[in-house]
Amino acid sequence: MREVWQSRKGFIFAAAGAAIGLGNLWRFPFQAYKNGGGAFLLPYLVALITCAIPLMIMEYAYGRQIRGGAVKAFSSLKKKFEIFGWVQVMIPIVVMTYYSAIISVSVVFMVYSLGHAFGMINWLSNPGPIMGMVAGSAENPLDLGAGISIYILIAVVFVWIANWLIVKKGISGGIEKISNVFTPLLVVMMVIFMINAVRLNGSAIGLEALFKPDFSKIMDPGIWVSAYAQVFFSTTLAVGVMIAYGSYLHSKADVVNSAFITVFANSSFDLIAGVLVFSTLGYLVSSMGVEFTSFGTGAGVAFIAFPIAISTLSSNVVVQGLLGFVFFLCLFIAGLTSSISMLESFATAALDKFKISREKLVTIISLFGFVGSACFASYAGFNYILDIVDAYVGNIVIAGLGLIEVILISYIYGTKELRQQANEYSDFKVGQWWDILLKYFTPLLLGAVVVTNIINLFTGLLRMDIIGVIAQIVFGWGTVLIMIGASIVFYKRKWTTSVNE
Amino acid sequence: MSTGAIIMMVIGLGTVWGGTLTTILIALAAEKKSKIR
Repeated sequence: MREVWQSRKGFIFAAAGAAIGLGNLWRFPFQAYKNGGGAFLLPYLVALITCAIPLMIMEYAYGRQIRGGAVKAFSSLKKKFEIFGWVQVMIPIVVMTYYSAIISVSVVFMVYSLGHAFGMINWLSNPGPIMGMVAGSAENPLDLGAGISIYILIAVVFVWIANWLIVKKGISGGIEKISNVFTPLLVVMMVIFMINAVRLNGSAIGLEALFKPDFSKIMDPGIWVSAYAQVFFSTTLAVGVMIAYGSYLHSKADVVNSAFITVFANSSFDLIAGVLVFSTLGYLVSSMGVEFTSFGTGAGVAFIAFPIAISTLSSNVVVQGLLGFVFFLCLFIAGLTSSISMLESFATAALDKFKISREKLVTIISLFGFVGSACFASYAGFNYILDIVDAYVGNIVIAGLGLIEVILISYIYGTKELRQQANEYSDFKVGQWWDILLKYFTPLLLGAVVVTNIINLFTGLLRMDIIGVIAQIVFGWGTVLIMIGASIVFYKRKWTTSVNE
Repeated sequence: MSTGAIIMMVIGLGTVWGGTLTTILIALAAEKKSKIR
């Protein structure tokens, strides 16, 4: 008997927790800033309506109808399409290997924040040396002898044990229970931090940078590609997660409104993170006289700027340390709820096809995942290889499979039938606009995203030195080939369960 | 803050935060209705 979500609240918290992750906290604010501030918001909102919401409804409805993960979903369309399902569920496993390394930094900073609170080390006002000690340095992506970060390695063990303990308990026993507590807690903590950040002197400078429209850039196709990419990736679509979550829905559960809630909740978190990050940066710009660009464009914002901001909230080191602990706990929770959903995506697909206990399967995946994450604990891995793998898997494979998924489900299964099934027990119904978006508009725009990203990757190779080119081929295309190879192995193996009959 | 920034802030935050609130209220109303039945 297949498990189902015990409550609608549990399902929505789990789905929102899966969509809300570290990517919201640092990726959205700088995508907006880089792409014209307020002008980015218009394509972003268009992307929400034309891509994220229709795809979310499609994945929930199709997952519930098929009662299976991505592998079963694709093989139900046509046996040979099963291979796409396997490639799709390989994505979260690859992403989890480096995602765990990023989450690990939060774990390390949580521990150091407690050290700060108890007067053992004073680092929040000057996090550079601690970040340098944790991340280390390497000369280039091939400098594999540069060393390994023992801090990240130990924290990665902790992160994988947490993932393993939660996911092996199953949907209602593990993920639903943990999401019921963690997702609302995360939202409350982030709202408190955001309100506090807006109250800081100079926050208006940051908010002006985030929201000030630059309409000279709005006709730039790059902005539209970035907006679609941000919405697509931050909602965890096309990686098998939402199909798997939908498969555990009760047959009479609402689909349409739940999809709207998940997408809007994720985007709300994007904007909460945007306001929080930019208000804090505005405060730092105002008080220290530094430029916005001096904080970098990635994880640096969270791991360098925030400890400084926290240290200036109070002169009491105990308060500083405890605030730091809460903030990095918040980051850890955001990462953990996303990573357990990624692990569940593969677990659901494999359990659909192979007769194996959930506990044994999750243990095997966790061991392989930990070995993969350990590679990113190396200095070269954390500082260079992580970005390369993320660019190839995130930009090409996810969008490419999203494109394949929307075309196959829309044209083979049919949007009309799926719409009727989605509408049947939903709080409100979607009309024919949904069919039109899925059949024509979304494939066209996703196709443009994929083509633009492939062109960018190839033209980028021409501007690199030989070490850069080798690294891109080995770690970028190499990862893609390993994913496809592993997918073929799983695809070729026989079904040992009866669910596909 | 400039007027343009304030307008974009209201549109952006209003759409997603307003959208979240509205859809949650719809879900709560639907749940209440089904309990009454």
